[in-house]
Amino acid sequence: MSQILATAISEFRIAFRNRWVLIATGMMVLFALVLAAAGSAPTGDVGVDRLSVTVASLTSLAVYLVPLLALLMSFDAIAGEVERGTLTLLLTYPVSRLQILVGKLLAHIAILALAVTLGYGAALVVAVWSDPSAIMGITSLVRLIWSSVLLGATFLGAGYALSALARRPSGAAGLAIALWLVAVVLYDLALLALIVTDQGGAFTTQALPIALLANPADAFRVFNLSAGQAVAAAGGIGGAAGAIPLWQSAASLFLSPLLAITLALAAFRKVTP
Amino acid sequence: MTPTLTISQLTKRFQSVEALKQVSLTLQPGRRAALLGHNGAGKSTMMKIILGLIPFDSGKVSVCGETPGSAAARRQVAYLPENVAFHPALTGEEQIRHYLALRGGDPRTAPELLARVGLAQAARRRIGTYSKGMRQRVGLAQTLIGRPRLLVLDEPTSGLDPVSRRDFYDLLDGLSADGTAILLSSHALTEVEARTDSILILSGGQLVAEGSLADLRARAALPTMLLVRPAEGHLEALVAAFPEASVGADGLLRIPCAQGEKLPFLARITAWGPQVADLDVLPPSLEDIYSYFSRRDGQ
Repeated sequence: MSQILATAISEFRIAFRNRWVLIATGMMVLFALVLAAAGSAPTGDVGVDRLSVTVASLTSLAVYLVPLLALLMSFDAIAGEVERGTLTLLLTYPVSRLQILVGKLLAHIAILALAVTLGYGAALVVAVWSDPSAIMGITSLVRLIWSSVLLGATFLGAGYALSALARRPSGAAGLAIALWLVAVVLYDLALLALIVTDQGGAFTTQALPIALLANPADAFRVFNLSAGQAVAAAGGIGGAAGAIPLWQSAASLFLSPLLAITLALAAFRKVTP
Repeated sequence: MTPTLTISQLTKRFQSVEALKQVSLTLQPGRRAALLGHNGAGKSTMMKIILGLIPFDSGKVSVCGETPGSAAARRQVAYLPENVAFHPALTGEEQIRHYLALRGGDPRTAPELLARVGLAQAARRRIGTYSKGMRQRVGLAQTLIGRPRLLVLDEPTSGLDPVSRRDFYDLLDGLSADGTAILLSSHALTEVEARTDSILILSGGQLVAEGSLADLRARAALPTMLLVRPAEGHLEALVAAFPEASVGADGLLRIPCAQGEKLPFLARITAWGPQVADLDVLPPSLEDIYSYFSRRDGQ
């Protein structure tokens, strides 16, 4: 346990020195404020509090931004140690590869948690400032925070796995961007295209829920939209959220980080210094 | 006394290449052994096997009675890799604190460790600003954590200036006096000659020689070189008297002589009295012995 903690402290310090804490927090706050400002204009008679509407917009933002931040922080985790030549010495220490991975994960999760809490917190302040009753939506904001951290953990694990597979930072960066494009952008586009061609047939009713649950980014979106009261405020894929039971999207959210870390550990074990 | 390190019949293949062939050796507590060999002779491969970083194909390796790479073995072994590197964003003190925590040591002793390798002044500067020699000292400081029973040092003195090298070997003397076994590789043969107990020569993956320098010198039976400077105008006479000598451009006679013939040769030379201006006796250097053993099997 002390090895995990020592690794986490060291990694956090490195991320702080490399300005990652600042970059991640700055990005989240900036985007959240932009959304909060944009979201405070048109609402009026949607029938839900202002914060819940903002949470719906923040969910769409988080689907893109949280995986991106997680991959940017994690792609260098193992490949960078290999390239710098620090891994050989580290592996002669009485610390297991699982402990190394978990230590890095804890540090990066802490940074992500800080960034999303401050970012969403800024949106909260804007929403409550313009409409004090918006504080009613605080539960959906808290839910968004912890589910964002789980989503980030999944992509951190995936980033470590790619980092171990690539063994060079440049290759790992390429793989990370590819994963982000596929999981976050192309996957949804493909699903939309299939829904349009299917016209409400077997695909939309049978395969679509499974396809949404299989992708952690979609599971995150579905979970937050169906748990909140703002499903109506969201469009696109979000419209399908109502068809999926809440426990299923929650299970996907909790299981995918474990799966990602297992994959990362398997890939890391194959790295010989 | 049980040996700290025992290797028997160790063989390691990389695809078709045999990096190590049937290597056997033992290292007793408190002994300092130098591992010599040309580039690619298998020194780093052997060290990585001892550390449990890479698997081997056949043979037996026992480190402090444990399997190499097991948690128990890693607790008792410290390593200094060739061209040691650290994260440039951390300071020397933070890096050593981290290593102390990983070994279950007290992180507060970090400044003391850095002071022992002469880095007290730079402890709070980032490693990114360090010179190669300073990084090497951080590497040395981390090997001192937790009184290891076996030290594995890959080219530990590369990048160190002569004074730091002497300090480094003084540190090793202290450790070996406490019972730490030390295995180090080096290309600086003269310092190895003076500061280690035994020498292991690897060539093409095979252990071609093992023993103290005196043993190896006796086994190689290389000739001692007698350098004779003739007095003015007596070169020809001396050349005629010693047909086995060769004359260099510097006007010196070089007479090779086997260990047993040294005194008779000296008697013959001193018999020439004032016609000999100067005499030097050069025993075979470690370089000569090293080339002798590492070339023998390479041919």
